[in-house]
Parts: sequence; structure tokens; C-alpha cells
Amino acid sequence: MDTNFLVVGVGGQGTILAGDILAEVGMTGGFDAKKSDILGLAIRSGSVVSHIRWGKAVHSPMSMLGQVDYLLAFEPLESLRMVEYLKPDSTVIVNDYPIPPVAVTTGQLAYPSREQIDSILNAASGRYFNINVTERATQLGNVKVVNIMLLGALSSLLELPASVWETTIEKYVPSRLFNLNMRAFQAGRELLN
Amino acid sequence: MKEILSGNEAIARGAYEAGIEIAAGYPGTPSSEIIKTIAQKYGNDIYTEWSTNEKVAMDAGAGAAYSGRRTLVTTKQVGMNVLSDSLMYAVYTGMEAGLVVVTADDPGMFSSQNEQDNRWYARLAKIPLLEPADSQEAKDYVILAIELSEKFDTPILIRTVMRTSHSKSVVTIGSRPKGKVEIGPFKRDPAKYNCTASNARKMHPRVEQRIKDIGAYADSLPINRIEWRDRSLGFITGGVLYHYLLDVFSEASILKLGITYPLPEKLIREFADGVEQLVVLEELDPVIEEQIKAMGIEVRGKDIFPPCFELLPDQIKRYTSEAGLLKKSPAAAGTVPQSEQPRKTEKLPELPIRSPVFCAGCPHRSTFYLLKKMKLPVAGDIGCYNLGTLPPFEAQHTMGAMGASVGVLHGMSLADLPENRVCTIGDSTFFHSGMAPLVNMVHNGSRGVVILMDNSVTAMTGHQDHPGVDWAVTEERPAKKVDLEAVVRAIGVEKVKVVDAFKIKEVEAGLKECLDFEGPSVLITRGECIFVSRNPQPPYHVDLEKCIACHMCFRVGCPAIGKSTEKNPKNNKFKSHIDPTLCIGCDVCRQVCPTGAITPPGKSKGKE
Repeated sequence: MDTNFLVVGVGGQGTILAGDILAEVGMTGGFDAKKSDILGLAIRSGSVVSHIRWGKAVHSPMSMLGQVDYLLAFEPLESLRMVEYLKPDSTVIVNDYPIPPVAVTTGQLAYPSREQIDSILNAASGRYFNINVTERATQLGNVKVVNIMLLGALSSLLELPASVWETTIEKYVPSRLFNLNMRAFQAGRELLN
Repeated sequence: MKEILSGNEAIARGAYEAGIEIAAGYPGTPSSEIIKTIAQKYGNDIYTEWSTNEKVAMDAGAGAAYSGRRTLVTTKQVGMNVLSDSLMYAVYTGMEAGLVVVTADDPGMFSSQNEQDNRWYARLAKIPLLEPADSQEAKDYVILAIELSEKFDTPILIRTVMRTSHSKSVVTIGSRPKGKVEIGPFKRDPAKYNCTASNARKMHPRVEQRIKDIGAYADSLPINRIEWRDRSLGFITGGVLYHYLLDVFSEASILKLGITYPLPEKLIREFADGVEQLVVLEELDPVIEEQIKAMGIEVRGKDIFPPCFELLPDQIKRYTSEAGLLKKSPAAAGTVPQSEQPRKTEKLPELPIRSPVFCAGCPHRSTFYLLKKMKLPVAGDIGCYNLGTLPPFEAQHTMGAMGASVGVLHGMSLADLPENRVCTIGDSTFFHSGMAPLVNMVHNGSRGVVILMDNSVTAMTGHQDHPGVDWAVTEERPAKKVDLEAVVRAIGVEKVKVVDAFKIKEVEAGLKECLDFEGPSVLITRGECIFVSRNPQPPYHVDLEKCIACHMCFRVGCPAIGKSTEKNPKNNKFKSHIDPTLCIGCDVCRQVCPTGAITPPGKSKGKE
């Protein structure tokens, strides 16, 4: 049975790296793994979406609607764009740190309210967590570790041992920032308790 | 050993394992990571360069392969239009060593101005076309392409799409052939390498025979294979669509094509005879379908699938359901059981779109702020500055191809418009194809302002070098810097102004001076891309005592500027706020604030 993930956020938040790590963790953990993301002009503060799939033999690198098990959203509005992809028993983890797009700042459209976000995601998923991870990462000393902290949170729901995650993270982050990222990962693993 | 690689990283690995020694290209999404990865990982064995444009890269590739070095040339799909002029002679001549061209196409137009299907180029040039389905195949096909190139003495085209280039999958790693390639003196063989008409007349029949020979060979190539399953329905497909298909139709028979030109006719006939209904699944144009129909075989394709945009698994499911095909395959894997149907109990509100915007600290911001204010007609070009097309600026009125803005500006001048006009073009784009039209403007006495936006990098495609910087491919590799201003002056432009892009008044004065000039003029707006300067200043802040919520600062379209939670009671609007995690202190917003409310840290007086 495949496990399908979506990692979404705003260009510049570190979602691509998080998705890369998640895909490699799948491979190291013994699965076939694929990943697909949108790069280029689309990432200049625009919406960023990465599909990651683990399984015995993964075919398409993109999930179909209604197939996604885990949605990791670095930004609340971006999570809402993905609800059609979710399985009814899926898990949604949202970083409660809204980044209003220019269309909201200039007053053309409204950012959805927290109540709207909660009710949509509660209805669309089986489990829904909404935590201000950006704030926790800032407390840890570097806002950039939001991605590793969110991966920590996700890892606490999956069966693979933490060591697989840690060795993969070590490959992907600069060595001088490894200890900070490990603290972020550990903090992330406690986040959903 | 196994690694998880993107298609582009796998092509780079394939270049290494194929013994390729030279790789050249011009950056363009989704192709750019091929050269980058080769430089980073295999730079000791393979020379890389970002050439001035794709044609220059192709000529260099031909010259290197004529000299006996295996060579790779990369481009995005529209770059192929520039490259093709030089590909066409290499098709006639052949080479002394393998020559592979990779075109990364962009169905869905994630970052391209059109959705052209570059498979036509293989047919136009009469050369083989390989289409990998995933990263393993991307690597393997580069090795195979070098083999085929040397066996049949022809350039080979490999076509990826964004989903193969930018998707990651698991790849088994091999090794590079050992030993150094010794090359002799250049082969003086004009009958083979000089396409003068009398020679070319002998070359053309060889090209025709060669593609027939390769077609026969393609029947035996294992990368074309039949997977027999339920024979009531059979699909012919290639590239990543093969994987999509397996997710939707796990029980249908598939003829999976690795080489999609020339087509393996024997294999296609065998497959067509073995299935009740034959369907071609291909994105964009009916390139395969039309050829199969020309074989006299009954086949469906574009009557089911539209010729625009991607055909992801969800779309394949939708169109085959509408055509009644999905029902015919009873065990269709894509039929989601009722229990797994997504719940849609909540109606979604209209979600605000998140358009890409100029980065906080971008040097292009001030120019577009002014262009909007001055309401000038603007011929645009390709680069980050095309974001000036979007709100809040909406100040770039044409855009079509690399370098086109300068020629379009000249055409506006020829048309004798009743208003003054400008064009915008980046430094890398100017070197790519902006110089020739500027020469044309000077020679033919045009009038108009070329705004040359010099941010010292090829920004949009991922911050590659161009001739105007002093490094090449990696920042550690020094290179000779070509002086942009000196080039413009040498071309004969009499009015050239260089201004600091972060100073709005300076840009405005320069622009006005150029507009007044009765002839072609160039305004160089100079300011480093934030990815080059890496010199962020402390974030600015808004003094809420002084802010009157006039929202002038919103007009610079900076992602760091938003609303605060405090309102101005006089107009009942929210005052401004600067996000300190995004602001890098470029100062542009301070210059438009009428009350001096925006200040750098530690300063109270903001207005000049």
C-alpha cells in the first residue's frame, strides 16, 4: 500500500528541502520513493507544491485526488488548496503562520478565517493539527528550521525509526547547522503530543 | 548503489557514465539543473559552460564533437527554436564523437511562454528521439544516446518534460568508462563537415537512409517493449505518461516506447494486431498518433485527450471515463473505492491566489513602480522582470521571446506611435539575443528607450552566470567579465545612462533624460539580485505614529509589506507593517512614503 504525502507552502519557506528529505527517508527506509515539485518562476513567493510517494513500486510521481495520506502545510492558506487530494482518514499538519498574498494585502480578497480553515480541514481529514511552528523555530534561534521541525512532527506519526530521519537530514543540511536542525527535529517530534 | 535523483540530476549522472567530456547550454526551466549538477558533481571530468545562447552552445557542441569529444547540449523547449539553426547542419554532417541534445519541454507552461511540442524537431531534423519515463531511464538513455549517436553518426535528441526533469526517483549508479580520450589533429574532411550546397546534396540522401536504418533498429531496441495484459484495450505511450497510465489502468496492455522517433513499425503492428482497441496516450500534439494512422492502423488519441496542458493521472482518468474506456477495463486501478472518496462536506471559499512577486530587495521594483506611474507602453522580455506584468504593476504590455523586446520597440518606432515608448530587458537576455536588434535600432535610426535591467546574474532560472559577470558556472571559477555599458556604447548608442536601481529618483531622472533623446537610448538600471549580493541590511520598520495608512508603500509590491493591526481612524484603513523576517533593507519603500514613517533601524527621520 502506498503512502502519499503533500508538502505545500510559500516559495522561500524550505518546503522543497523538506520534500527531498522525505523522499529520501522513504528510499532509505526500504520503499520505492518518488517526488515531484514545481520549480522556476513559480517559486518566487508563489505557491509551492511537492508530491512525495512511498510504496512497494511507485508509478506516477504525483498522487491523484483523494489519494493523499499526509498533508504537511507550511502555511494555512496553501493547505486549503489541497483538500481534494485528501483521503478521509488523512492527517493534516498545518503551520499556523499565515502569509497573506499580495491580493490580500491590497484588499482585493480576504484571507480565510481561522474558523473557516479549522472547519474545512476537520471535515476533509481524519486528524488535523494546527501549530505555530514558525514561532517555535524562532524560539530555537533560527526561523529557517521550520521545515525540519515539521518533518519531526510528521516523523512522530510514522513507523520508521528516528535514526533513518536523522541520517538523511544530516546529508541534506549544512554540517555547521546540523546540531540546530537535530534540536529542531527533536522538538518537532514532541510537537503533536 | 542506489540514489534518489531528479531527472535532471540523472541526466547529469548519465553524462558522466557515458564518458561525455563537454556540456554546454543556456539556462531555462525545466532544464537548468543538468549543467549545474554536472559542474558541481562531475566538474573534474566534464567541462561545463553556460553559453551566451542555445545556438552558441549547439555550435560549440558540434565543434567539440567534430574534434572527437563526446558532448551534451541542453536547452528548454523554446530555446530549441534558437538552437535548431545549428542542429540542422550537425544532422547533415554527423560527428567524430557522440553528440546528444536534451530538450526539456514544459507541458502545462509552468514557466514558459508557450507549450510547443519539441518532438516535432526530431521529425524535422530526422534524428532519433528518446523519451525517458523516470530518472533511471533519464540516466540510461543518455548512455544509450551516445551509443546510438556513434553507431549511426547522428546527433540524438532526448526530450524530457517538467515532470521527468523535476521529479525524483530511485536510480542505480554505474561508473564512467576508464581512460583518457586521446584526440588527434582536427580532421580536415570538408566533404563531411562543410555543408556547402554541392556537399549537402550528397549528405541529404544519407540522412534519409540513416533514419530508415534507425527505424528498423528501433524494432529490436529493448527500450521499446510490449507489456501484455488485458487485450481488450491497448495503449501506446512514452515518457512519464507510462507511469501515469499504470496508476489508472493497471490491467491494460501497454506498448511502452523509449524511442518515439523513428517509430518501431513492426512492434506497433504486432501490438495493434494483439489488442481490440488501440489508443495513443500523448501530451500536446498527435505526433505518434498521426504517424500510426499513416501506417494505415486504426487508432484513437486526440479524440479522447485534449492537445493542451498536462495529462496527469487525474486527467487521464477523467478523459478515458468520458470516452467510456475506463469502464472497459474492469480492474482499473484508478477507480477509487467509495470508502476512499474524498469528503467534500465543506464548501471552499474563494481562495486568494498567490501570484509570484518580486523578492523583497529586488532591484527591478523601482523601475516598474515608475513605469506604472508614467503609463508608458512597455515591450517586455523574458526574465524575473516579466513579473512587472502582474499586479500591482501591470506595466509590461508585450512579451514573446528572448530578446524580442528590443525588436518590438523598434517596430513601435517604425509605426510612428503618437507616444514615447520603452522596452525592458535583463542583462543575460540582452547578451542572449538583445544585441542584434539594438544594432538594428542604431543603424536604422530608431527611437525608444531600452531599459537594460542589470542585476548581475541570470536570475529567474536559478542564478547562473552570463558574459557580464566575472565567474562561470560556479562562483569559484573565474571568468572574463564583458562590460555591458561598453558593449552598448560600442554598438553606437549615443545616449547611455547608468543609474542605481535602488534609487527611485535617480531611475526617474535617467528615464526622463533617455525619453527626451531623439534616437535610440539605453538606460542601465544597475542593482544586484539579492541572491548575488547576499548583503542584507537590517529590516526597516513602520513608525505607526507617523503612518497615515495611505498605502503608497503597497504600490511597490513588496512581499515584506502588509497591513498592521492598527487603523488610522481618519480613513478607517489599516496602517502598514514590515515583516522583519522578509525585509532586507533595500530602502525602496522608504522613498515612496510621504510621511517618513518607514525608517531603517535606529533612525527616526525617514524622509529626505
